Amino acid sequence: MTIVKQSFWTTIAIAVVVAAPSLAMAIGSTADHGKFEALDQQFASGPEVTRACLTCHTEAAKQIHGTKHWTWDFVNPKTGQRLGKKNVINNFCVSATPNIAECSSCHVGYGWKDDTFDFSSEENVDCLVCHDTTGTYSKKALRTPGKRKPNLKKMAQSVGPTSRATCGACHLSGGGGDAVKHGDLDPSVEHPDVFLDVHMDADGLDFTCSDCHGAKSHKVEGGRYDAKPHGNGGMTKHGKDEEHSHATCQSCHGDAPMKDEKLNEHTDKIACQTCHIPEYSRGDYPTKTWWDWSTAGTLDVDGKPFVAKDDWGWEVYNSKKGDFRWQRNVVPDYVWFNGTIRYTLLGDTFDPAKVLSVNALDGGPDDPDSRIYPVKVMRGKQPYDAVNKTLTAVQTTGKDGYWTTFDWDTAIDRGMTSVGAPYSGRYGFVETEMKWLITHMVAPADEALGCPSCHAKDGRLAAIEGVYIPGRDSNRLLDLAGYVLVLLTLAGVALHGALRVVFALRRRSRT
Amino acid sequence: MQRIYIFKRFERFWHWSQALLIALMALTGFEIHGTYKLLGFEDAITVHTTSAWVLIGLWVFAIFWHLTTGEWRQYIPTTEKLLAMVRYYVTGIFTNAPHPFRVTGLSKHNPLQRLAYLVFKLVIAPTLWITGLLYLYYNAWEAWGLGDLDLETVALIHTAAAILMVVFFVGHVYMAFSGQTPLAHLKAMITGWEEVEEEKEA
Repeated sequence: MTIVKQSFWTTIAIAVVVAAPSLAMAIGSTADHGKFEALDQQFASGPEVTRACLTCHTEAAKQIHGTKHWTWDFVNPKTGQRLGKKNVINNFCVSATPNIAECSSCHVGYGWKDDTFDFSSEENVDCLVCHDTTGTYSKKALRTPGKRKPNLKKMAQSVGPTSRATCGACHLSGGGGDAVKHGDLDPSVEHPDVFLDVHMDADGLDFTCSDCHGAKSHKVEGGRYDAKPHGNGGMTKHGKDEEHSHATCQSCHGDAPMKDEKLNEHTDKIACQTCHIPEYSRGDYPTKTWWDWSTAGTLDVDGKPFVAKDDWGWEVYNSKKGDFRWQRNVVPDYVWFNGTIRYTLLGDTFDPAKVLSVNALDGGPDDPDSRIYPVKVMRGKQPYDAVNKTLTAVQTTGKDGYWTTFDWDTAIDRGMTSVGAPYSGRYGFVETEMKWLITHMVAPADEALGCPSCHAKDGRLAAIEGVYIPGRDSNRLLDLAGYVLVLLTLAGVALHGALRVVFALRRRSRT
Repeated sequence: MQRIYIFKRFERFWHWSQALLIALMALTGFEIHGTYKLLGFEDAITVHTTSAWVLIGLWVFAIFWHLTTGEWRQYIPTTEKLLAMVRYYVTGIFTNAPHPFRVTGLSKHNPLQRLAYLVFKLVIAPTLWITGLLYLYYNAWEAWGLGDLDLETVALIHTAAAILMVVFFVGHVYMAFSGQTPLAHLKAMITGWEEVEEEKEA
């Protein structure tokens, strides 16, 4: 064993290096919230903190009031559809509104328990949920504090920019649990290595969410309701091109970032994500790919709900929720996508005999705005109104919710009442699928897909229509005619040659 | 026997390098087409494209050579002795009948050759290049005013011409062994000198 003797100056140097990040933080900002008088007090509640924030950040709450993060209500300008968490139905927990007291744990406000919530209240805006840097903020702990009350003063005094951890508190656990919803966002993205995501690599570029999802006046760029499959117009300059979103690959990389021109020429049809995210759920978590509500409600011998887990510890059955399937390192599905998504909303009718698309992605080969884009397809079965042929909202939470009563009829009835939609009184289960855009978990360049992944008969784009892909496509008739022609030619010359040999031998034997 | 010099140095260089390039392109081309796996798609593309550019370069020289030396006249089609040639390959070649065509430096291709090479040079090869270049510059079509073209059409014509090229290749290689002696043509294409029967004095 060697003992390394550390000199005095080495110790100092190490101390400086180790101390450097926090120093940089302090130097980077011109304001030290720890020195603000308004924050030097014991806060009894979240809204009290917000009131203190607003004494300086006078416009912050008003800005938040105009965002999807606050309203959970969004009208897609392309389709006119009314979206937002308040309105859409998905095939995970189905609907937020009937369960708002629970679901609002991911709302950027305090106290949304029912439809009496005051959306014009400034103090109800939750600043800390996004700007806490201590890592101790928890909405649950704030709502039902245990013995140790959350130290709101400390949080308020150390507020800072958003981080993967603050955004991730909701976005990495969407769908009711870690890694459930997106496939390309799960808790491993909080501290990813370079292989999981080249940009967010904690030891490398260390991007936060807001490095791409910039927020002017608290309006965060990007998102699925009004998505972009590619960045029109290439690179954007921060400050100069604020009307452009930075939340596309092209806004930093431009339209032709690859060394190989032929590869660059693919970008008119193929989204960057298609090659550069070869698989999703590449971190420490599998993502949910199947959720069958129709099997929920089976109780154990004691009449109690139970949970069954697979060898990895992931729930495969839950009496409250039904059957689940999980997948890791998943090869995405690929679809044409032009940025427009049409949801099947409450009231939209459909044929329950077919698999219902909860959100249909628009686009096609002849649309210049379309790209071939990777998606996670979430499949499952969920309740629907068997007479009206519409999707249903469901109350699952609370004492009258399905998770307590195990009675679909009342759960749906209460759910539909809370969203103001009619319910016939008869329900069934319809198989649905929902597409989730895959855009995070960008792999290092040398792990991007190679040509044969798609340029092959049974490649990844086997199901993509409307484009001729060399190596995948051919004309059967032409190929057949060609092979026959070549074989006939070979047979012809072989016969001709053989005859020449036969005749030559015969001549020789005569002489 | 008489030896005459019919294939000049450039011509031989052109022939053999072209043969190699065409073989490479056929091999890689049908791999790209999906007929079989050999080098892998990416390497096949690289070899195919590089060979294409080298061949185009070679042809620029070859066209210049043909025009300046007047050798292009060797490919002017003729019907003279055409039927005789056909008859020779159908019967005469087996019975050791005299070859109906006499090679000279001024007329080194028999009428069937003239026709075959003319089709090769004016139909098969240009079809492959034009469709091949279109294939390569697929993204520039819009700018070239060819927006209405579709890749499938171009690809299928390219494939069809490539099949004809393979047919030509097979026939051509076989014919190379159909000279006075089986290796006579091959020797001529390597050394430039062809052995021909001496002309009988009239």
